[in-house]
Amino acid sequence: MSATLLIEQLINGLQLGTMLFLMASGLTLVFGVMGLINLAHGSFYMVGAFVTAVTTASTGSFLLGLTAGSLAAAAAGAVVEVLVIRRLYHRSHLDQVLATFALILIFSEGTRWLFGSSPLWLSPPDWLAGSVALPGGARYPVYRLMILAVGVLISAGLYLLISHTRLGMRIRAGESDREMIGALGVDIRRLYTLVFALGAALAGLAGSLVGALQSVQVGMGEPVLILAFVVIVIGGIGSIKGALLGAILVGVVDTLGRVFLPALFGHFLPPSQAAGVGTALAAMLIYVLMAVILAFKPQGLFAAHD
Amino acid sequence: MAEAVLAVEGLHKRFGALQATHDVSLTLRAGEIHALIGPNGAGKSTLIAQIAGSLRPDAGRILLAGHDITTLGVSARARLGLGRSFQVSSLAEPLSALGNVMIGAQARAGHSFRFWKPVARDARLLGPAREALERVHLGHRADTPVAALSHGERRQVEVACALVLEPRALLLDEPMAGLGPEGSARLTELLETLKHEVPILLIEHDMDAVFRLADRLSVLVDGRVIAHGDGEAIRRDPRVQAAYLGD
Amino acid sequence: MTDPSTDATVPTAAPRLGRQCLVNAGLLALTLLAPLVAHLLGEAYYVNLATRIVLIAMAGVGLNLALGHGGMISFGHAAYFGVGGYVAGISAFHAFDGSLLLGLPGSDDMLVIWAVALAACGLLALAIGAVSLRTSGVYFIMITLAFAQMVYYFATSWPSYGGQDGLPIYLRNGLPLIDSQQPLSFFLVCFALLLAAMAITARLMGSRFGAALTMARLNETRLATAGISPYPIRLTAFVISAMITGLAGALYADLNGFVSPAMLSWHFSGELMVIVILGGVGRLFGPLAGAIVYVLMETLLGGLTEYWLFFLGLVLLGVVLFARQGVIGWLAGGTPHG
Repeated sequence: MSATLLIEQLINGLQLGTMLFLMASGLTLVFGVMGLINLAHGSFYMVGAFVTAVTTASTGSFLLGLTAGSLAAAAAGAVVEVLVIRRLYHRSHLDQVLATFALILIFSEGTRWLFGSSPLWLSPPDWLAGSVALPGGARYPVYRLMILAVGVLISAGLYLLISHTRLGMRIRAGESDREMIGALGVDIRRLYTLVFALGAALAGLAGSLVGALQSVQVGMGEPVLILAFVVIVIGGIGSIKGALLGAILVGVVDTLGRVFLPALFGHFLPPSQAAGVGTALAAMLIYVLMAVILAFKPQGLFAAHD
Repeated sequence: MAEAVLAVEGLHKRFGALQATHDVSLTLRAGEIHALIGPNGAGKSTLIAQIAGSLRPDAGRILLAGHDITTLGVSARARLGLGRSFQVSSLAEPLSALGNVMIGAQARAGHSFRFWKPVARDARLLGPAREALERVHLGHRADTPVAALSHGERRQVEVACALVLEPRALLLDEPMAGLGPEGSARLTELLETLKHEVPILLIEHDMDAVFRLADRLSVLVDGRVIAHGDGEAIRRDPRVQAAYLGD
Repeated sequence: MTDPSTDATVPTAAPRLGRQCLVNAGLLALTLLAPLVAHLLGEAYYVNLATRIVLIAMAGVGLNLALGHGGMISFGHAAYFGVGGYVAGISAFHAFDGSLLLGLPGSDDMLVIWAVALAACGLLALAIGAVSLRTSGVYFIMITLAFAQMVYYFATSWPSYGGQDGLPIYLRNGLPLIDSQQPLSFFLVCFALLLAAMAITARLMGSRFGAALTMARLNETRLATAGISPYPIRLTAFVISAMITGLAGALYADLNGFVSPAMLSWHFSGELMVIVILGGVGRLFGPLAGAIVYVLMETLLGGLTEYWLFFLGLVLLGVVLFARQGVIGWLAGGTPHG
């Protein structure tokens, strides 16, 4: 295997990692601040992608589509928070799981009803269509690099937001002490809606960006949601730092595993079997990683809640 | 001097910069109530957690009837004969008083990997559980769900839960907390008779009860035992007076 | 309280018991009589529908042991359902073409398949439970989900047994003395096994083990302080729970003549949870009630609209937000736990 391939796949892994972080940060914030487990987070990913695809198709502007997608996901998040989620904060985790599972059914089937089962078409704009040379000589798509850059920018922005702004301070205060933040005179209901909508917007953005690479279809958010769960379990539920580290770890390990494990098995298995065994084991790799980490750190790498 | 039933030797526990337990040693002998007192933040809870097994000390040993139990978990210590009650009631509210006590009888009667025989008719569990409730004068409330019991009655159930283990030593964490004068008096009376069967390490804020009950006292301040002796000696000890009245 | 382990010690539950028994007996009679009538009318479709209800109920009985009685919110029971199904499929596959798996021949004898399915699911649950039960709360939910997903992805990417397309069972596996091909006799076999699973659950929850499991759910500290370590109790219950669900999966694959990764999907884990909740958590007959409601909704609503899951979502949301006691609670009164 060449260094070029390794570099290319590392970038792919980082790119997956940043997208996972956009998903996981919302999940982990919502858990950290409101104590809520939200299965429907993948629905916002899907909503973002659908609105982006429709808007881009009708206006011809991908940027406009992206903005509309993120805003629509944020709006969907805010509406869902006010109508449903708000009633779940003081409920058991079981109730939260069931109610948000119900939301998945409503979102997925509702979308299928509106748009049908066949995927929508969304492709990167022409000005991001080319590719650039990587060190080592391989060509790499500009759009994928752009996704990576956006992911890094948003991650940095989120970090600054949480550590350096008034809103971030309130979010952190909400994590440590809900009564105190109420006593400070912060409107806690509005804060919760805001945090939830922010998480939904990030998920919607991720869905829109990835939607242009893969396909925009019902259920697209679910595999990502489960990866995001693995990410925050590894990182420590409620910890943004843990989510970032977990996302990059999962993104890189998953991507490299899928490329290199079949090749590795090729050394001591016949080619016909090596591909199958390698692929199957690669699919399990991040879960094994999660199990190993949990065996040593049951609360994840950065436990925020003991 | 009788051999110590429970012995704590040179216990240390540190949380970051805070030395929560500093070289604490104390003993509990047969037939006595040994009270552990100290102002808030003195490290009583941390010490109790280490003795009960929910927190591992950094250094030192804990011996129960001569066995080193320092590295054992909560349930293993309970099986070896360490009964305890909690500062905040820790009963299963939907179950009856009897149901709560029976789980202890069950541990006493062997392992819990018995999948077939109904516990509801198991005389080996019902007998000791009812007896323990009788001993805390709560036999008539055996079938009442804990949720419907008064605060004082719950305290009694907690003691029964500990007693049914036939413990070698009892660890009671603020058993008087929240009890009215009447409940407090009843429990005091109960503990006085109980200590002859099983020695009690008592953590308590109610100073009247402490001085009435305790054969010996240890005073914990800032994680250290600063004084040790009988009630009279402790009352007169200038360091104790300073610790309680100084601030 | 309707907890089987405490009914005897909580007299306040007594007045409710009579009505609940009536509801339970009615459910059983309905489940048994409907397919008998269908059989007499020559409607094999409805017999198979009843078998489907019974098997989903059995999978729910398994989950209910972990979720309702043990308080372990497993979001990954599809793994055991699917593995049970794959045991039936793979065994039949090897029996059909005479090939060996790890040196062993396949079998089309259901008794063998059930034993292997029970063992495979038990071992898988032992491994998954051993890691997952070190955690609690939201971690446990997400980890059980993640491990089930691991099994799912493994099944889709392992090429030997159909991958994403699944694996057909050309001829339903057989039983000694009973014609398993015949819908009614297969229904009766499944019904008998459902009853056995429910009887075992009831007996288990009334035993010392059940008392310890109940206490592990209600108050872990109390259990440990009494001298019983919660972890092995929970792990054992988790394993038994997975085995019951796995057996249901093996039968389900035989019912459909087909096993696919869909049986392993997290949607099924969620649906199984919904069924247990719809029926009433921690109630012995809850999974049966839930399965009846679920399959009937699927059949009736699914006949009206392709998007019936949309309406299931609305119903579920309504139940969670406004009517937490489930079907049995609604019919028989009393409050569920958990």
